[in-house]
Amino acid sequence: MREVYSLADLHVTLCGVPLQSPVIAASGTFGFGQEFSRIVDMHWLGAISGKGLTLEGKAGNEGERLYETPAGLINSIGLQNPGVRHFIEQELPAMKRLGPAAMANLGGSTIDTYEEGARLLDATDVDLIELNISCPNVKAGGIAYGIRAESAKEVVSRVRACTKKPLVVKLSPNAENITEMALACEAAGADGLSLVNTFQAMAIDISTRRPVFQNVFAGLSGPAIRPIALRMVYQVCKAVHVPVVGLGGIATAEDALEFIMAGATAVQVGTASFANPHACEEVARGIAAWMDKNGVKTLDEIRGAAL
Amino acid sequence: MPAQNFEASVLVNSQQAADIFLLTVYLPPQYDKPKAGQFYMLRAWRADEPPLLSRPISVHHYEEGTRALSFLYQVKGNGTQKLAALKQGDTVQLTGPAGNGFPIEGRHVAVVGGGIGTAPLFYLAEQLTAAGVQTECLLGFRDEPYRLAHFARGGRNVRVATDTGSYGHHGFVTELLEPAQYDVVYICGPEPMMRATAKKCLAAGVKCYVSMERKMACGLGACLGCTCKTEKGELVCICKEGPVFEGGVFFG
Ligand SMILES: Cc1cc2nc3c(=O)[nH]c(=O)nc-3n(C[C@H](O)[C@H](O)[C@H](O)COP(=O)(O)OP(=O)(O)OC[C@H]3O[C@@H](n4cnc5c(N)ncnc54)[C@H](O)[C@@H]3O)c2cc1C
Ligand SMILES: Cc1cc2nc3c(=O)[nH]c(=O)nc-3n(C[C@H](O)[C@H](O)[C@H](O)COP(=O)(O)O)c2cc1C
Ligand code: FES
Repeated sequence: MREVYSLADLHVTLCGVPLQSPVIAASGTFGFGQEFSRIVDMHWLGAISGKGLTLEGKAGNEGERLYETPAGLINSIGLQNPGVRHFIEQELPAMKRLGPAAMANLGGSTIDTYEEGARLLDATDVDLIELNISCPNVKAGGIAYGIRAESAKEVVSRVRACTKKPLVVKLSPNAENITEMALACEAAGADGLSLVNTFQAMAIDISTRRPVFQNVFAGLSGPAIRPIALRMVYQVCKAVHVPVVGLGGIATAEDALEFIMAGATAVQVGTASFANPHACEEVARGIAAWMDKNGVKTLDEIRGAAL
Repeated sequence: MPAQNFEASVLVNSQQAADIFLLTVYLPPQYDKPKAGQFYMLRAWRADEPPLLSRPISVHHYEEGTRALSFLYQVKGNGTQKLAALKQGDTVQLTGPAGNGFPIEGRHVAVVGGGIGTAPLFYLAEQLTAAGVQTECLLGFRDEPYRLAHFARGGRNVRVATDTGSYGHHGFVTELLEPAQYDVVYICGPEPMMRATAKKCLAAGVKCYVSMERKMACGLGACLGCTCKTEKGELVCICKEGPVFEGGVFFG
């Protein structure tokens, strides 16, 4: 249970959904939550964004999938997942029982599969849909829609028409212009935006003289990307009216507070959970401690302070 | 059961051979005890220090009475160098026990290890012996063998092969194995060694188990960074569904 001696109120409302904390576990780094159930005190988590889903499931990429860089991790998982139906039947009930709000992260290869996935999720008790138009690891896995604002607009408006669930669109930092992208998604009916997904990156194995990853390019995450992610969140928060979820390299409460001061309603913690499986909980506890120390009672008092 | 994450205090960390160390920590009583073949993600450095990821290391031994949990590891790069620097009283972060572990089976079995792949086989051999299974140890090393006396405990027969011929049979450990003598063979080592050994067992119709190795980010089944394709083309998560598989799953 949360300590009662803290005066800090961590509750936030994201797209109409009340969250017990502004800290959300990022997609692809937290499974569907069960794996961390004996590690993290779930009272400190506002939501869990599950592993990225596609309508029919995917095998993911072959070859090397993980590569460490200074303060970073390049991954080439390639949206391996069991499919939307499996998620709904086998994972969602247990995920809901963990306590935090359940966010379904939905990717797709064609607009039709995005639409069908969204329709299926609409009929469940999932709390939010996070529309992934930004996975750099699958050619047709969303990134195609995440680069150009025009394409994003189409997929977002079509998915919007398929669901009444709160729809958070997850943006790629590889977008041609992040502000235009954010405005296009907002105009197309997104209830909120989350950013950033991973940065397109690569590595070369000098012994074989070949790219490390079979797909050549893969996605960079972790502390290395944080200042750039923060800049993008700041730009987007300046431009849009819908709530923004900030992420990219957050590992400590101080990191998270920067994103909140840049205007984020909530934050996500991803790669940090690998270096420290308690990271989500520690970030939330640290925010509460900082609030107490600085006489801040709710995050509304500091949100966007730097804008 | 999902894994736990906790700090453990170092009892001893001692050198066993040129680049081989034995780390023993105290497993606090509130945490699950491991099975042979399971592993932990180890971290002896801060979350914001490199390397970013914790390192998977198998259980080399666990002693019920003293709750002494040991890891045998080879220094390869940054992570294992940092493990090697640990001193008595230091703390190390553990996530685990992770993975499925070896099933304890058979009446007359062999454990076949290659290099640091021998690490998980010691606890397995102890468990097999305790279960009344007659266990022989075939251990291969490049040059300098280690932990032989431990493998020989309880009267276990130990046979050694070295690449250099400095000790025991001059050649591969696989050459020492006559699978037909055993009803189960447990294998851990470099992938080519596991492939050759498993193929030899399967050709003789003998059941075998291998312990697979992949780069891991979480060790929990959460990131899918360790996914591997089986012979049949099925996807398996090495850290959660493995690391132990029947030999035919990968080398059939
Ligand atoms: C389930 C499991 C159990 C393991 N048990 C043990 C054990 O009991 N004892 C032990 O010494 N080691 C064990 N390992 C291997 C150990 O995790 C790696 O040697 C270690 O991560 C290397 O880290 P490093 O930072 O020292 O080296 P790095 O700097 O990461 O790498 C040094 C070199 O080793 C190679 N390497 C790194 N990680 C791996 C890997 N997972 N597989 C193959 N090559 C790799 C790199 O390519 C590089 O050439 C196990 C691995 C797994 C997956
Ligand atoms: C191993 C791994 C798998 C990921 N899988 C997904 C995914 O399925 N869907 C998605 O939207 N983002 C995925 N991401 C991106 C993260 O959710 C996050 O956007 C990114 O890693 C940046 O945040 P971080 O630096 O805190 O990790 C993945 C990241 C990693 C490291
Ligand atoms: S290492 Fe993360 S799923 Fe296996």
